[in-house]
Amino acid sequence: MPSAELVDISRLQFAATALYHFLFVPLTLGLSFLLVIMESVYVMTGKEVYRDMTRFWGKLFGINFALGVTTGLTMEFQFGTNWAYYSHYVGDIFGVPLAIEGLMAFFLESTFVGLFFFGWDRLSRVKHLMVTFLVALGSNLSALWILIANGWMQNPVGAEFNYHTMRMEMTSISELLFNPVAQVKFVHTVSAGYVTASMFVLGISAWYLLIGRDKAFALRSIAVAAGFGLASALSVIVLGDESGYTAGEVQRVKLATIEAEWHTEKAPAAITAFGFPNEATQSTDSAIKIPYLLGLIATRSVDQQITGIAELRTENEEKIRQGMIAYAALEKLRAGDTSDEAKAAFERTKDSLGYGLLLKKYTANVTDATEEQIRMAARDTIPKVAPMFWTFRIMVGIAFIILFIFSASFYYVAKRTIAEKKWLLKLALYSIPLPWIAAEMGWIVAEYGRQPWTISGILPTSLSTSNLDPSSVYFSLAGFVGFYTLLLVAELYLMFKYARLGPQSLHTGQYGTA
Amino acid sequence: MIFDYETLKLIWWLFVGVLLVGFAVTDGFDLGIGALLPFLGKNDDERRVIVNSVGATWEGNQVWFVTAGGAVFAAWPIVYATAFSGFYIALMLTLFALFFRPVGFDYRSKVNDPRWRSAWDWGLFAGGFVPALIFGVAFGNLLQGVPFSFDNDLRVTYSGSFWQLLNPFGLLAGVVSLAMLLMHGSIYLQIRTQDEIAARARRVTKITGIVFILAFILAGVWIMNGIEGYRIVSMLPGNAVATPLDKAVEKAAGAWLDNYHNYPLLWLAPLLGIAGALLAIVASGAKKTIAAFIASSVMLAGVIFTAGIAMFPFIMPSSSDPRSSLTVWDAVSSHKTLQIMFWVVLVFLPIILVYTSWVYRVLRGKITVETIRANDHNVY
Repeated sequence: MPSAELVDISRLQFAATALYHFLFVPLTLGLSFLLVIMESVYVMTGKEVYRDMTRFWGKLFGINFALGVTTGLTMEFQFGTNWAYYSHYVGDIFGVPLAIEGLMAFFLESTFVGLFFFGWDRLSRVKHLMVTFLVALGSNLSALWILIANGWMQNPVGAEFNYHTMRMEMTSISELLFNPVAQVKFVHTVSAGYVTASMFVLGISAWYLLIGRDKAFALRSIAVAAGFGLASALSVIVLGDESGYTAGEVQRVKLATIEAEWHTEKAPAAITAFGFPNEATQSTDSAIKIPYLLGLIATRSVDQQITGIAELRTENEEKIRQGMIAYAALEKLRAGDTSDEAKAAFERTKDSLGYGLLLKKYTANVTDATEEQIRMAARDTIPKVAPMFWTFRIMVGIAFIILFIFSASFYYVAKRTIAEKKWLLKLALYSIPLPWIAAEMGWIVAEYGRQPWTISGILPTSLSTSNLDPSSVYFSLAGFVGFYTLLLVAELYLMFKYARLGPQSLHTGQYGTA
Repeated sequence: MIFDYETLKLIWWLFVGVLLVGFAVTDGFDLGIGALLPFLGKNDDERRVIVNSVGATWEGNQVWFVTAGGAVFAAWPIVYATAFSGFYIALMLTLFALFFRPVGFDYRSKVNDPRWRSAWDWGLFAGGFVPALIFGVAFGNLLQGVPFSFDNDLRVTYSGSFWQLLNPFGLLAGVVSLAMLLMHGSIYLQIRTQDEIAARARRVTKITGIVFILAFILAGVWIMNGIEGYRIVSMLPGNAVATPLDKAVEKAAGAWLDNYHNYPLLWLAPLLGIAGALLAIVASGAKKTIAAFIASSVMLAGVIFTAGIAMFPFIMPSSSDPRSSLTVWDAVSSHKTLQIMFWVVLVFLPIILVYTSWVYRVLRGKITVETIRANDHNVY
């Protein structure tokens, strides 16, 4: 049983390295497809400026890509180093998408990315475009497999516990692949990546217009970014993954906490647009509610209820009691009684085993847990409401600001007057960080909201770590913070340097300073 | 092809071996060249030649490492869990060193300042040197057994420390791995460069080749005489669903030679290790660089399989609680998962080999100081 300190520091390290990794992923996902669009126009029209756009934005892509790879390495190995029990417990399923990601996606992306940079003079136009496309395809497939893995953590389908091997084992690969939570997450995440990259290109190009430099280059970049960005922003919002919150145990808890739905309401539920969640009174102070809206968004119906926090907690308490019975049956099997009755007793209750394991945080003797311990474990099944409520609202708020910027940009691009709209250009420039903030908030909602589980309803976080001395984890955490900070400084320095240089950094002689 | 569980367990041992060989043959020379960079490049132009000899292709090569990690997670989850949490500090140091490669290659020449460039050169050095050494040290410790045990919930506790990994045999294995990857790197450098850099690389091939052969033979003699191996005394049938705790294991002098005694043909593996190195040295001396590269690739495969065969069926023997040892029979995923992943590998590995070869073909040719100067703003 890992100590609370070890669990906390391991979580902190995972959160830090994952959030850090995701500073670089969205730009890779989106910019690679923007490069495909720009280069396609080049191949079709033969206009040099589109080749230069591909090369210039490609340079910035490369600076970002390097840190994406660096921080991604950590993610591939951290499950084993810091979450050894997790790796043993679910590796039979969870390892599969990770391995396929390597073989199908990461190989593709990484093998062709070098040719993207160095193949310009060695390949025909069409072949080079194909290479760029394969980089984009590889990076997006990579996201698909990672989100299949992550989706399984939120909604673990197609797997069953094996009492002999003491782990979850795969029963259906198709359920793993077509997990509704994973599908929704994939679309939402890659769309968010496209939004991020579009904002990046739009904002930097807006700055070139503001200082009156490389106008033709900037206007064409803005046209591509505004169109792609508008479509992607609509996709992020309309296909927001809220629709995925009805599937799976933990997803229901997330929905209730995001919406501060303290008690089940009559369908269709009202949405709380604003307010201050209060854990002590289990209610939301100064709540501003919009009738019916939540029910419509979340269930896509007028008659399905959304279960509230209090009701979920009561449900979970019952599951914990079931889990104690399952745990007792498991102990019997593990002690060597493999009679048919013992097996049948376990089979009947094993779906609740994970809830029984929640008690391990409070007692070594799960089967003899006291009422107080059961109540504490049930309380743990609901994450704190305020962080969920606020992070979600910041994300959604940003999404609407971004939608406005892309809509306005698209409109003025179509009217050919965007170069004169200084306010919009300035807004676009200063909004560059927004998609990153929204994406990080989104991950906090998804993963903090998954607590107290690593695998929803199956494996508690408190049991998932490696048996390490906390000092080892402090050492590695210090290393990550130190090296990552150092590398981020170098990355930002180069990003700013090349964004400031603009297309003149290509040394084609076509582009000037201001 | 539907295989029974036992066959799949064997196939997966082979697959992991193939992935490790793929990693050593491809990313191995990137590591070697990284470690040689500050020494073989006497000025900035020369260093850029060396960096660009692998700059366009190293990224794909590194995926062999990532994929080997992912494949072990999927096929041998308990090995992934035990090895990575057990060798925690060593693995973190490897990771930290590897951080410097993606950024080192891409960022180094983007700023024209000698201090900036020199800093990244040493970063690339660390990114090559540290992993090349530590991978060998890890294998050296696996051969001796490492201290870990499972409780009834199959939670692993590792009771050794980082410093204990740096024992004499572990360090010798580190020298073997470092020498062979430096040699492999220096040979690839001969293919991609010419004149002085190639001549310096040729000298490195000779020296590291000799060091490798001596260290490899010494390690072999040590295994035969001074290191206890492990042997399964009893276990469930190979087809059974088993955990590491379902068997009995004994430590015994000479047990690592069991497989070689039972199947003398297996001596081919260490023989190829040595013969490959010798041939590589000769071919490199005769400037037959492609032949030298093939020979050193054979050497890498020979060395990896030498260690694998010695330990087979063990993957990670436990010195403190031998029955907790991880073997190909009881450290594996379920039958279904092994079967699915078999197909995935069978389909994608050939595709990967085809497009990787195509990329190398497109990017072939010598890198010279002149080509670097002519493309100052477009190369690393």
